[in-house]
Amino acid sequence: MHPAVSVILFTVSSGAGFGLILMTIALSLMGWVPGMGPGQTLVAIFTGSVLATIGLLSSTAHLANPKNAWRAFFRFRSSWLSREGIFAVLFYPVILVYMIGLWLARDSGSLPWWGLLSGLVASLLALATVFCTGMIYASLRTIPQWNSALVPANYLLLAISSGTVILTLIAALQGIELTVLSGLSLVLLVIAGLAKLLYYIWIGKPQGPTLNTAMGITRAKIKILESGQSSRSFLNKEFSNQVPAKTVKRMRWMVYLVGFVIPAVLMLVVFQTSLTVLPLLAVLLLLAGLAIERWLFFVEARHVVNVFYGQ
Amino acid sequence: MKLGLVIDLDTCVGCHACVVSCKQWNTSGTLGALTDYDPYGKEPNGVAFNRVRSYEVDEYPNNKTVNMPMSCMHCETAECVTVCPTGASFKREEDGIVLVDQDKCMGCNLCSWACPYGARELDQASGTMKKCTLCVDRIYDMELSEAERQPACVLTCPTRARHFGDFDDPDSNVSVLVRERNGLQSMPELGYNPVNHYLPPRPKPNAPIHDGGQLEPLTDRFKKWLNKVVVR
Repeated sequence: MHPAVSVILFTVSSGAGFGLILMTIALSLMGWVPGMGPGQTLVAIFTGSVLATIGLLSSTAHLANPKNAWRAFFRFRSSWLSREGIFAVLFYPVILVYMIGLWLARDSGSLPWWGLLSGLVASLLALATVFCTGMIYASLRTIPQWNSALVPANYLLLAISSGTVILTLIAALQGIELTVLSGLSLVLLVIAGLAKLLYYIWIGKPQGPTLNTAMGITRAKIKILESGQSSRSFLNKEFSNQVPAKTVKRMRWMVYLVGFVIPAVLMLVVFQTSLTVLPLLAVLLLLAGLAIERWLFFVEARHVVNVFYGQ
Repeated sequence: MKLGLVIDLDTCVGCHACVVSCKQWNTSGTLGALTDYDPYGKEPNGVAFNRVRSYEVDEYPNNKTVNMPMSCMHCETAECVTVCPTGASFKREEDGIVLVDQDKCMGCNLCSWACPYGARELDQASGTMKKCTLCVDRIYDMELSEAERQPACVLTCPTRARHFGDFDDPDSNVSVLVRERNGLQSMPELGYNPVNHYLPPRPKPNAPIHDGGQLEPLTDRFKKWLNKVVVR
């Protein structure tokens, strides 16, 4: 599949933003992080909303006819893309109420009941949005590498782990104790890394329709003689890619090194020493790693249409 | 009604006449224009509703060329309609034709991702998705004679490899063809249940291969050929 920059930016940025919001609300409601009062939570929630908004705005950049984008909110019953849009838009008023609650509670330290409720609802909406993003891809039977429960699982785990690492950075900048956050980041990065590994093993297995099932000639060898085109059409530009297998393999190593291993090691160091510079490095590397991971997610996806072109 | 096409892979010669007539009709049709990019340049390409690809099936000496025209299959389980977030893609209840409302489409490409047959192509000029309409603007046009109320590709096919009809009617030409010639669907394992069917190549003996020795006299060969061709 063609890796559109706007979609990579969208899924990484809004995933991290929604993950950050989800983890911040969960941790602050449970009171697991000492020193994280309403004021500090507000900073994290605001950062998360900005990240989510950057992502959602960039997602409109891949539309060929954005003036009709508002129509995307009317097919909730059938389309995962529509569901994603609806959850993302519903999220904003709710998170605004939660932020007002945090603002009012920043002196007293106690959140009113409606603040608590809006926090819970906002975190559920964030969760639902990321899940829908994963399901947009997972629901396509035409792309065997995406048509799996592992895809939404990966999207959720990567959103939550990158959100937690960003929360560690925000906490470090505010002088909050980092033991719980860095420990949690480490655990989540390891789980997300293992889930991604599982995905890479699973897509290594050859699968999907072939030219034989496409033509109904089930036994003979078939090869393409002529595509009937003198140059690449929309179908080739959108669905096939010419990235060599060697580059793909190298990029997978990069994903692991930059996206999982180094950030995890940094989090381990933070866990033991609470150095404040390291979370910043971890966030930058992790986001770069996730951008490569998302690029690979598209590049490695092989749409069934390629079968007709003998690829 | 369940309108669709039957395409005979045995008789299709891959002449691309259906591709040309499709483009000619539809570029001024309901979903037109079908934009061309770089038409006189080095890499001419553009929107097409119908494409023909040629394949070599099996290996020498059993090989044969099979041409496979592909357009929208007007699937019964049309995932392209399911995934559409705007409701621009729809399947007509009365005849099963899948269409795109050009006034609603936002050009997100998701329907083209959901289509396994490459039937949908984005028009960069209008920013909307375009696809085969089964010539909906021909087949119901009462100004045309009944024989002409067929898709442009079907009318133009010089080998009559394309047939149009109602699959809901068990006695229609298309239903009979599918039944008698073991018509099949492309990629049935995906479960899209395409309405269009393909008729597989007929099993025929291979062309005789000459071993390189002395040939029979020309008159004898001509007599043999004549006996084969002329049916008494």
